[in-house]
Amino acid sequence: MTEIGLGHYLTLGAIIFSIGIIGIFLNRKNIIVILMSIELILLAVNINLVSFSIFLGDLTGQVFTLFILTVAAAEAAIGLAIIVVYYRNSGTIRVEHIDELKG
Amino acid sequence: MIAHSIFFYTFSIIAIVSAIMVTASKNTVHSVFFLILDFISISCLFIMIGAEFLGMIMLIVYVGAVAVLFLFVVMMLNVAQQKNQWFSSEESSKHIPVGLIISTLIFVELIIVIGGWKYKPDLFDINNSIEINNVSNTHSLGQVLYTDYIHIFQISGMILLVAMIGAIVLTFRKRVGVKTQSYIKQISRERSDGVSVLKVESNKGVKIDD
Repeated sequence: MTEIGLGHYLTLGAIIFSIGIIGIFLNRKNIIVILMSIELILLAVNINLVSFSIFLGDLTGQVFTLFILTVAAAEAAIGLAIIVVYYRNSGTIRVEHIDELKG
Repeated sequence: MIAHSIFFYTFSIIAIVSAIMVTASKNTVHSVFFLILDFISISCLFIMIGAEFLGMIMLIVYVGAVAVLFLFVVMMLNVAQQKNQWFSSEESSKHIPVGLIISTLIFVELIIVIGGWKYKPDLFDINNSIEINNVSNTHSLGQVLYTDYIHIFQISGMILLVAMIGAIVLTFRKRVGVKTQSYIKQISRERSDGVSVLKVESNKGVKIDD
């Protein structure tokens, strides 16, 4: 219990990943919270990659975490731009009101 | 070792509680603040286990850029006043059991996969040869990043460029009735449009605007 190993970090990653999934499914407020849940999921993936990289002694995981950070920043910028454009056009970003595609 | 576990449990409990608060808090601004707290505690964990460069980069990129971007958008879109409850409308409530079931299933699957790692202890000894002594984490990352992964590095720069152009193009809005400079007009101006050489006779002026 006191010895912190790889399993602890992976469990932390799994918990945060599941909280992100819950946030996507249960969200009723607005799309920004869904984007934040996606950021949580990417964070959990980063935890997994970094802890494997440290405990296995291979730097590749950290390099890939760097690229995941880059892509996550780009994704956040584009997603927020889309949200701003949608809000300008329709006046709301409530999740239950965005049903123009009838999906 | 005791200190390591104490710090691990502290930071991970803070991270989990703030992740729950990101999804559960009613005010979107509070969600963004809890997201910042989450990133800070996870980057403390990264620094603690020896990935200092990534911890610092996460602080800079997420807390400094992404979270502030979220805050800007939340303020601009005026969603802070839409304090709606989780289970406000009736048609939304049928998503909740499905979402809970799916996320618990994913959590159980991940825990099963992690449990499988316990029975493969020999996998941990595959390649510990990269543990370079006297070289910091940032130094070794830089040595790998600019040699083996240089193409991916450049492609990630292109991704950032495309994202920047895309965000600007998406949110760009032409306004009518605003006086702006016309660069094309300025550049394509010829000499003969503006200046003309006249022969001025003495005791007679030059007639302008005829």
